[in-house]
Amino acid sequence: MKGATRNVGKLQVTTPSDREIAMIRVFDAPRSMVFDAWTKPELLKQWLVRSGWTFPVCEIDLRVGGKYRWVWRSPAGKDMGMGGVYREIVRPERIVATEKFDDPWYEGEAVDTMTFVEKGGKTTLTTTVLYASREVRDSVLKSPMEKGIAENYDNLDKVLASTRKAI
Amino acid sequence: MLATTAPDRTLNATFAALADPTRRAILARLASGEASVAELAKPFSMSQPAISKHLKVLERAGLVSRGQDAQRRPRRLEATPLADATEWLERYRRFWEGHYQRLDALLVVMKTKHKKRPRTKR
Repeated sequence: MKGATRNVGKLQVTTPSDREIAMIRVFDAPRSMVFDAWTKPELLKQWLVRSGWTFPVCEIDLRVGGKYRWVWRSPAGKDMGMGGVYREIVRPERIVATEKFDDPWYEGEAVDTMTFVEKGGKTTLTTTVLYASREVRDSVLKSPMEKGIAENYDNLDKVLASTRKAI
Repeated sequence: MLATTAPDRTLNATFAALADPTRRAILARLASGEASVAELAKPFSMSQPAISKHLKVLERAGLVSRGQDAQRRPRRLEATPLADATEWLERYRRFWEGHYQRLDALLVVMKTKHKKRPRTKR
């Protein structure tokens, strides 16, 4: 056992400190591709979206001080938007950016740090999100269920099948 | 919206208790059976009072309780709060794993396209 670490499947989620959530995931691709999939709107729009939702706004101004703005639309037509400012960009190694949701489900602004480490053609992506306080961090950990976001996973097979068809 | 309810407080205490490596090691030891403070202190280069301090935090979080034996006062693992905390992490993990599996599929396509293309500078 390693504390609050879960290592089921490929993705590891940990709480390295009181205010952080960290995710570690290995992708079978060079880091330049994983980096592109996170930073090029035409690529990001293909995967960072839930089943049945659309991703009508996906703007990325990839430079230090540049902004990003993402808006998803639910099947019922309700929008969920978020955005932030890039603080550091080292292509294809590292991104630091702020994040804030339009309809805030946690207090304040969070800071995301993403590192892309390549070894033998595989990329380890570590994403660390730093929240304003421990209470905020804990509320985020609980929110997927409250917001019904986890429902996404239940339809995963369907999602993957339709993604393959769409390609 | 972020008002702290009773189960929230428990979860906060659980995560705070788990943030320390010594406390995680104590829980790992207790997972294999109850143990006295002296037994718990042995593998660590720490005094019994220092271990007792960590045990107090774990007890407050409801992760550890005291056994019946009045002499040894063995500590034992209470699994429920730990299961609650890992369940939240598991839900969060599942949400992202769903997205990342789609990204996997996209990366396969990107690699195929990259191979098909004549060699160009990246």
